Amino acid sequence: MAREDYEVIIGLEVHAELSTKTKIFCSCKTEFGAEPNTHICPVCMALPGALPVLNEKVVEYAVKAGLATNCSISKDSRNDRKNYFYPDLPKSYQISQADKPLCNNGYIEIEDDNGNTKKVRILRIHIEEDAGKLNHNEFGGGSLVDLNRAGVPLIEIVSEPDIRSEAEADRYLKKLKSILQYINVSDCKMQEGSLRADVNVSVHKKGEPFGTRTEMKNMNSFKSISRAIEYEKNRQIDELERGNTIIQETLRWDDLEGRTFSMRNKEDAQDYRYFPEPDLGVIKLSDEYIENIKKELPEMPESRKERYINELGLSEKDSNNITSSKFLSDLFEKAGEISGNYKAVCNWINSDIARIVNEKEIEPEQIPFTAEELAELVKLIDKGTISSSIAKKVLDELFENPRKPSQIIEEKGWIQISDEGQIKEVVLKILAENEQSVIDYKGGKDRALGFLVGQAMKQTKGKANPKMLNQMFLEELNK
Amino acid sequence: MSEITSYTVHELKEKLDNKELTSEEITKAYINRINEKEKEVGAFVTLRTEEAEKEAKKIDIEGRTGTYAGIPIGIKDNLCTKGVKTTCSSKMLENFVSPYDATVVEKLNNEGIISLGKLNMDEFAMGSSTENSRFHITRNPWNLNTVPGGSSGGSAAAVAADLVPWALGSDTGGSIRQPASLCGVVGLKPTYGLVSRFGLVAFASSLDQVGPITKDVKDSAILLNIIAGHDEKDSTSANREKIDYTKSLEKDIKGLKIGVPKEFFGEGISEDVKEKLQEAIETYKALGAEIEEFSLDVAKYSLAAYYIIACAEASSNLGRFDGIRYGYRAEEFNSLKELYVNSRTEGFGDEVKRRIILGTYVLSSGFYDAYYKKAQKVRTYVSNEFEKAFSKYDVLLTPVSPTTAFEIGSKSNNPMEMYLADICTVSINIAGIPAISIPCGVDKKGMPVGMQLIGNKFEEEKILNAAYAFEQKIKFRENYKPEFKKN
Repeated sequence: MAREDYEVIIGLEVHAELSTKTKIFCSCKTEFGAEPNTHICPVCMALPGALPVLNEKVVEYAVKAGLATNCSISKDSRNDRKNYFYPDLPKSYQISQADKPLCNNGYIEIEDDNGNTKKVRILRIHIEEDAGKLNHNEFGGGSLVDLNRAGVPLIEIVSEPDIRSEAEADRYLKKLKSILQYINVSDCKMQEGSLRADVNVSVHKKGEPFGTRTEMKNMNSFKSISRAIEYEKNRQIDELERGNTIIQETLRWDDLEGRTFSMRNKEDAQDYRYFPEPDLGVIKLSDEYIENIKKELPEMPESRKERYINELGLSEKDSNNITSSKFLSDLFEKAGEISGNYKAVCNWINSDIARIVNEKEIEPEQIPFTAEELAELVKLIDKGTISSSIAKKVLDELFENPRKPSQIIEEKGWIQISDEGQIKEVVLKILAENEQSVIDYKGGKDRALGFLVGQAMKQTKGKANPKMLNQMFLEELNK
Repeated sequence: MSEITSYTVHELKEKLDNKELTSEEITKAYINRINEKEKEVGAFVTLRTEEAEKEAKKIDIEGRTGTYAGIPIGIKDNLCTKGVKTTCSSKMLENFVSPYDATVVEKLNNEGIISLGKLNMDEFAMGSSTENSRFHITRNPWNLNTVPGGSSGGSAAAVAADLVPWALGSDTGGSIRQPASLCGVVGLKPTYGLVSRFGLVAFASSLDQVGPITKDVKDSAILLNIIAGHDEKDSTSANREKIDYTKSLEKDIKGLKIGVPKEFFGEGISEDVKEKLQEAIETYKALGAEIEEFSLDVAKYSLAAYYIIACAEASSNLGRFDGIRYGYRAEEFNSLKELYVNSRTEGFGDEVKRRIILGTYVLSSGFYDAYYKKAQKVRTYVSNEFEKAFSKYDVLLTPVSPTTAFEIGSKSNNPMEMYLADICTVSINIAGIPAISIPCGVDKKGMPVGMQLIGNKFEEEKILNAAYAFEQKIKFRENYKPEFKKN
């Protein structure tokens, strides 16, 4: 059979670290990157006798995430213990939620591969605690346990198997990430592990029942998730084509080798012995509580998009691009407001800035400069202080070593020449040096004008005001 | 000097108040008594006599801040004490020193109460005889060949032997009341949630409560006053208005409705115990209480549900003792799995392992519904049955232990028989209600018999009132004393 006869079925389990100031069951800081074991206490290091107390902010953030993804919020939810032994899990159980999660049955909308809107259903969102980290011991054998991350709050967002391609998975993840960022509950930094995804993949022939699924772990970027799905899809199809069956197992993605390895199969799947956490009460939420959170939800990307199209005159495509990231959207709104030129800010974000972000393989939120700096750049062009070609050089500078654009052009001597006398001097000099071009122009070759302007730009190292330059050439040539 | 150690705490307090005694005199009297008798009893795991003496002197010089400042105490060794070992009588925690104090310990410290040391127990509070301590057994001061009960056997024996004026214990299925009964002292298991569990090394989180073991009922009310109260660090602690439990002690119990559930007097309860309980019932009648026998068939279901729930929670709670961060770590291992297996195999005793295995089993997929879930249903049933009973009665009266103190070694090879020792007490933990054990006489061998008074949730006042009235009437302490018999 042909590869095209198969359909891939994808479901995602996304873990997002919540950006609360303190941990889920104690008051230790959640800050990333601190010295090992400096944000710990008897509770998160599981000393004998210590007890958890649920951080109410965690519930609030998870409810926000549920509401923003169209979930129904459970008014009667509960924590459960998931029991297993591992050195990064100090209590030997993770406090999570089993059969009574906080949020159920939601969905988010993405674009499918044909450009149509499609709903990806969300089965559930529950709260749980993160584990610590094992570090290789540089001073001897074995591993060292760092419990700073133990007890950092997480939400796990489980999708239904509604995704049909790696491109859809990518769009789902980006959409989810943008939602979580919009409502300000997670910074979703994949590079710091604050957003992680496990992927369930199966393939089947169209019209037949779903196939056996495998679960993949250890992907640390959107790109590696797409690659892993593509690899696993093809591997499963190849197995089936060879007449083999798919084994239900957990796989580890190796990004360097570009392939998956088996971690464990169904037979040695762990029995987590879930049971209700006796140290914590049930989580009872009132309608009023849920309503209040709903009211406080910030403007979501869909609504911003509408506003950009209707009020600011942006195209649908531009609006989509900008609202895909809360960071870009915030950058756009602020820089637009300061500069008064939304259109120009939009163009910068969607062309040159997008290009550089792509080239550098960074996330939008890693853009180093501020909205104020971008706004000043736009204003400098509008005022004619710099040309757009100089502006591109300023933008490069902003990425490398962000500071005020006015300071950059000052330092680099990039201020545009808009003095009529100076421009005329250059024009006359170029005309004198290029008699043939003048003849060509007068003989009807319009292209010659472009060449002359180019020469003048070269002469002024790009600093001449191109509009004035053009006008002055025309005046002189038509005399 | 030995006279000082026979005083109750409220008597000691009076003598401190009117300067008849100093804290140093009291503390030294206890230290002398410990030096004299501890060898025979073996109530302590860790002694801090030198520190206690210094603290007593300091209080005498600087003045007493709390009402009971300057009075010593003994603390069960599963309550975390900053700077003093907290072993749970286990090899696993043989050298463990907690960096923080349990909330109840903090409350004792704030009151100015002086710790004489940590008291022996069944390992991780699992047992009914204190024979499961990994360090040494504790002997019953009434007869040194018998057990003091458990798991708070060290606490009960220490109070009975006048090694401490009072002590803290913990009760998951009877661990305060049963040893109090066997040692002829007063033991109170408060309502679940009345006393903070923060810093109590967890055995079964939904059942554990800290409570007082004292010489008399008034001391029990006093110690409850000190340790009760809401704690933000314990999500299961109740946020209620503070009550002075000594206030209603002397209330007349005329007309008090006492229910006697006949199923608690059935098979397995010794004739001696039944006889003493019958006498107690007559005493209450004489005091003007209204006694009525009724049916409350919860004991045998409770025992089954108790061992499922308690073991399930324990199997999870004791997972943290993995040899990674603190506690015992096996010397030999070649893999992570071996580190776990060897540390836990060597660090835990048989009874603890038995319960971890049982608890792991009942939570396993495929068995969860048949055991854990069913046990939770039994729990609801038992709670409802008690609630019904309390719509008719103020207090329920039952035995505490089916027998008086049994001989050391006589049950230690038969876990089932040992578990039956809890038959009268576990349903109270299952229902989360309070109960007190007070002595009501001695059997033919002169060993104390205990009586259990059970109250509705947060109605400690009623059972303390009923216990106090009885105590005043029979004057047990004036008539009987432990004699450290050796046969």
